[in-house]
This record gives sequence, C-alpha cells and structure tokens, in this order.
Amino acid sequence: MKRNPACAIEYVQYLNDKGELTQPLPQWAEQPKQLLHYYREMVMARHADQKAISLQRTGKLGTYPSILGQEAINVVIGSVLNKEDVFVPYYRDHTAMVMRGMKQADVYRYWGGDERGSTNPEVGKDLPYCVPIATQVSHAAGVAAAIKIRGEQRAVLCTCGDGATSKGDFLEAINLAGVWQLPVVFLINNNQWAISVPRKIQCGAPTLAQKGIGAGIPALQVDGNDVIALHEVISEALLKARLHKGATVIEAISYRLSDHTTADDATRYRTNEELREAWQREPIKRLQHYLHQRGEWDESKEQRLQAQAADQVQQAVDEYLQTPQQSLDDLFFYHYEQLPADLAEQLSDADMANQLQGKAVQGGKHD
Amino acid sequence: MTEQNRITLVEAVNQALHFAMSKDEDVVVLGEDVAVNGGVFRATVGLRERFGIKRVMDTPLAEALIAGVSIGMATQGLKPVAEIQFLGFIYAAMEQLVSHAARMRNRTRGRLTCPLVVRVPFGGGIHAPEHHSESTEALFAHIPGLRVVIPSSPRRAYGLLLAAIENPDPVIFMEPKRIYRATKQVVPDDGQSLPLDTCFTLRQGTDITLVSWGASILETMQAAKQLAERDISAEVIDVACIKPLDIETILYSVKKTGRCVVIHEAARSFGVGAEIVSQLHEQAFFDLLGPVKRVTGYDITMPYYQMEKHYIPTTERIISAVEQSMEQA
Repeated sequence: MKRNPACAIEYVQYLNDKGELTQPLPQWAEQPKQLLHYYREMVMARHADQKAISLQRTGKLGTYPSILGQEAINVVIGSVLNKEDVFVPYYRDHTAMVMRGMKQADVYRYWGGDERGSTNPEVGKDLPYCVPIATQVSHAAGVAAAIKIRGEQRAVLCTCGDGATSKGDFLEAINLAGVWQLPVVFLINNNQWAISVPRKIQCGAPTLAQKGIGAGIPALQVDGNDVIALHEVISEALLKARLHKGATVIEAISYRLSDHTTADDATRYRTNEELREAWQREPIKRLQHYLHQRGEWDESKEQRLQAQAADQVQQAVDEYLQTPQQSLDDLFFYHYEQLPADLAEQLSDADMANQLQGKAVQGGKHD
Repeated sequence: MTEQNRITLVEAVNQALHFAMSKDEDVVVLGEDVAVNGGVFRATVGLRERFGIKRVMDTPLAEALIAGVSIGMATQGLKPVAEIQFLGFIYAAMEQLVSHAARMRNRTRGRLTCPLVVRVPFGGGIHAPEHHSESTEALFAHIPGLRVVIPSSPRRAYGLLLAAIENPDPVIFMEPKRIYRATKQVVPDDGQSLPLDTCFTLRQGTDITLVSWGASILETMQAAKQLAERDISAEVIDVACIKPLDIETILYSVKKTGRCVVIHEAARSFGVGAEIVSQLHEQAFFDLLGPVKRVTGYDITMPYYQMEKHYIPTTERIISAVEQSMEQA
C-alpha cells in the first residue's frame, strides 16, 4: 500500500505551554525586539478586551465577542501583513484590525452599535468585520483574484473560526483558491468552540487543516498560542502568496477562554476543568515566561507596561464615549451613491417623526 | 436597415459586455460556462477570445461563491459582471447578495463600495426543466442597497446593462429569456447608457395605463394594439428599473388616464405589482376612476412547461382586465 505524503499535516510549535523552546529559534527571533513587540501588543489586547466586557456589563457597549486567549493570533496577523496586503477578518480579530489602522475606539464604536466603527480610512482596502459565518472567505478569494488579475505582488489573509470550516462558503472559496492559484492565506482560528459546539462534533476529520488538501492547497497546523510559530508559518505563507505561488490553509490551534460573546454563558456547556487546563496554554504567560528566561523581561517592565496599557485603553474609552450621535441622514445616505427619490422622501418622514418625538438628534447634517 | 444591423436582446447584452470591457479594464466577467462556452445562452460569447482568460473566467459550479468572489473583487475596485445561469439557482447566493453586496457601502459608510452586476436569465417560456422559469424579482427589490433592472428590448438591454456596469452600486440585472431572441432591433454600438432611475413609456395613450416589465411587455404591447382597434387608447409603461422605482412616471400617466392595470409574470401577492398599486392608492387615489387591477402569475409554484401557458399572463387576460376596468368607470 502506498501512502501519499501530501496528505500528512505538519504541526508547528516553537514555544511549548511552559514557555520552553521546542526547536531552535528562527533567525528573526534571536533579537528580542519583535518578541517584545508581540508581548506588549498582547498585553494591550487583553486590557482593551477586558475593558470592552466591563463596558458591556455597565450598559455602555452591546453584545461583544471577547478575544481572550486569541491574542497571539491577533498580534501576529497585525504584524506580519504588509500595509498593502489585504486583511479579511471575521469578528474575533479586534486587535489585528487595530494594528492594521483601526482605532481601539472604532472597535468600541462598532460593538457599541455605531456603523462608523468600520469607516476608518487608515485600513485601506481591508474588509470590515464580517458577522455571517464563513461568508468572508469567498470575499477573500475575490480580493485575491483582483490582485492576481492586476498582477500585483500583494497577499490576502482571511481568518475564520473552526465552525466556519463546516460551511459551504469556506469550502467553495478554498476550492477556488486552489484551482485559480490565488494569493491568499486562509487562517482558521480553531479555538475549539463554535458557541456551544465543540470541535469534536463540528467535523469528523482529525484536523481542519486537511480540508485544504481537498482543495489542492498546502495545509498545516500551528500552535495558535505561540507567537514564534505563528509568525514563522503565516509570514512564509504570505510570502508565497505575494510571489504568486498559491494559497495556504493554516489551522491555528487556540482556545476560546471567554464565553462566545457577552450574551453567552459557557458554563452551560463546558467544564471548569477544561477551562482551567486551557489557561495553562494561554499565549501571554507563555511568552512572558520565555522572555523572563531570556532576561528580556522583569517585574518593573511588567508594571510599566500594565500601567501604560490601562492608560491607553482608558483614552480609547474616553474617545468612544465622546463620539457624537449619528444624524438620521447617515442612516439613509449610504445605501446608494446618490440618495434615490423614494429614500429622500422616507428620510423626511423620519425627520418629521423625530421632530414630533421632540428628541433632537444631534450630529452634523450633510448639506 | 439590413438584417445584419438588427440584433436580438441576448446579442445586445453581448454587445454591451464587449463595449464595457473594451472601455474599462476593471470590468471582468465570471460565472459558470461563461468563458469557453460563451454562456448557455451565448450572452458572453467571444469575450474570452477578445479579452483573455484573466478577465473572462469560468468559475467552479458554486453560486454562493460566484457572488462572494464578485463582492470581494468589487471592494477592490474591479467591476465584476457575474452570471448566475438561471434565477432558480441564485438562492444559494442570496446570503452574499443580501448580507454583503447590498450592505458594503452602508456598513463602511462609503469606505468600500460594491460595483457589481449580477446578470441572471429569468422567467418561463423556453421549455426548460424545473427551477429554470421563476420570476422572483420582488425578493431582490425588497433589499435596501440593491438595484433591480429588467430590460425588455434589445436597445434597452444594451443601454441599461452599460448603465448597470457603470453604476457604483450592486445591480441585479434580470434578463427575460423568453424574449432573448423574440425581436430584433437596430442597436448602435455607441456606448450610450440609459438612465437607471426612470421608467420607459413605450406607447402613449389616454384611456388606461398598462404597467409592466420583462417578457410580459410583449403581451402588454399586443394588448394595447388590439385595444386601439377598439378605440381604447392604452398607455404602456415599461418599469425596467424595478428598484429604485420611478413612481413619478407611473403617477403622471395614471393621473392622466385615471385607470391602471399592472401586468407581471411573477406570482401576484407581496410583489412589485402590489408595491406599485399601493403607491398609486397613496398618491393618486382621487385621480383614479376605478380600482387598479393586476394581471399576474398565480400564487402557485411555477408549473412545468406543459402548463405554463396557463400561468404566464396572456394578451387575452390583459384585455379582459382592461375591459373590466373600463366598465367600472
């Protein structure tokens, strides 16, 4: 019997759960600069995330999906993409999006029920948050096709969760990326849970990465709590894409330490024991241990960073809370390039109703 | 004019695609069987040979993907013209069209737009199997952010398709395949687009306004001709741009004639006809001499082709509705 070696799925890890190296460092990680950058960004991410939950609990933010435990994936994406690459996120990518040019206040605006969270021009042609599961994956294939048609040396990175890999959109899009050799990297954030459905009843295949093989795309797994491994694997896949050598499917193994969203209660479906065990593998402590061992980190640096992060997040909160309300015009003006006559009429109805209510809507008018 | 200058509706679609692709290299065409085969109706024939495989793409057989990929392309400034082979197969793509194409501009407040055209043949009359004959334009017209355009002649197919491609918003361009080859017209290849915010008055009249679109324009015009022989002067309006709807042109006509029949092949209830009738009652009630009538498909599953002649509005049904309307006032 012959075995096809193309079907084997590699698993890449550099830093184990305890923050010990499991293989020699890649060259870029021999200098501490990038690793310290990752550590700082992850600490910042956790502060911003915890603050979002506090805002929600005090009625100042809507339903919010936490990135607790997903910090490594976020900061590596935010770092290894070039400005001219295109990021196609799902909805659990806040810090990656901030590192791409959004403000943390924009993140709060979006989850605070304000469309203007997705308007920041600093993100270029990156796509906005995508709520319907897996639908963004075919957008990513389309963005990559546009790059290929234009013969540009840019790459697309698209994220999705483990649940998304069960959907047709995911499978259809990776299928196209394989057959058209598109410059795209599909990064599955396998955080083990799709709301209450665990990975083991999401899919019968031993890995999610191997779905790439069915699409003719090289695929591998990576420790999603290990910034060094993530950096290596994603950078290489992006480089390959930019050189038009085809797509890659990466399954990053992580764990959703939070509830699905602030509207969820994960104690209904998973055990404290499992959660406690998952905390042993989380990305921030792991890198902290490693940096300590290397003599690159100490308690006073940690304290300074914590204070700095708290301060920076508070500034974002202040900015968010001071956002002026949208005008009614804003709700109507962006459905078509020009406001159609029937919508203009409905807008004046809405204005009239608003005046009748005697609640002046603040915010600028367009004219 | 010689026969060579006169082209069919589907040839006019093809001519418009050639023009748009030669004028703007951001225009790309994708779909099932559109490249090598030139489309199952030959609407895209010759494009691949002229513009190459990078701009004319056969996709895998996946409608949701075609829509999603087109959206991705459109956010980056390409102007994809995607073909969904038959309207009955577009439902897999509905989530992409409703949840993303229609929303991208509003979601980003104009940071990203979705200049995309989905061409899709629709309607009965060609002896096709199940799922190939429905008319569900109302599903798309209901969605904020989408445009819905339906040509009913070669000239309007050419001008409206050019306009749809030029337009920076997503357009569902529904092609009435029953009249793909029914008539020929001289269609100068001059790149002249038609406006997307107006109905077209095809025939002037004073006694009654007949409002229709798509393939039903054929029977509606026949009815108007037969009515003229009986000294009933019918004005015929081709709505063409279903969404956003130019109610002003219809109102103007109905205020003049005082009577109106709306004719469409789609099922009767909750549809575009209902919307037009509702707006007429809101805005022209006191000008009406009698109730506005509808001649439509029924609220049943589109029959397989043997019985579809009992479903698609006929000239006789239109004339009968006009007669009732004239009797009532």
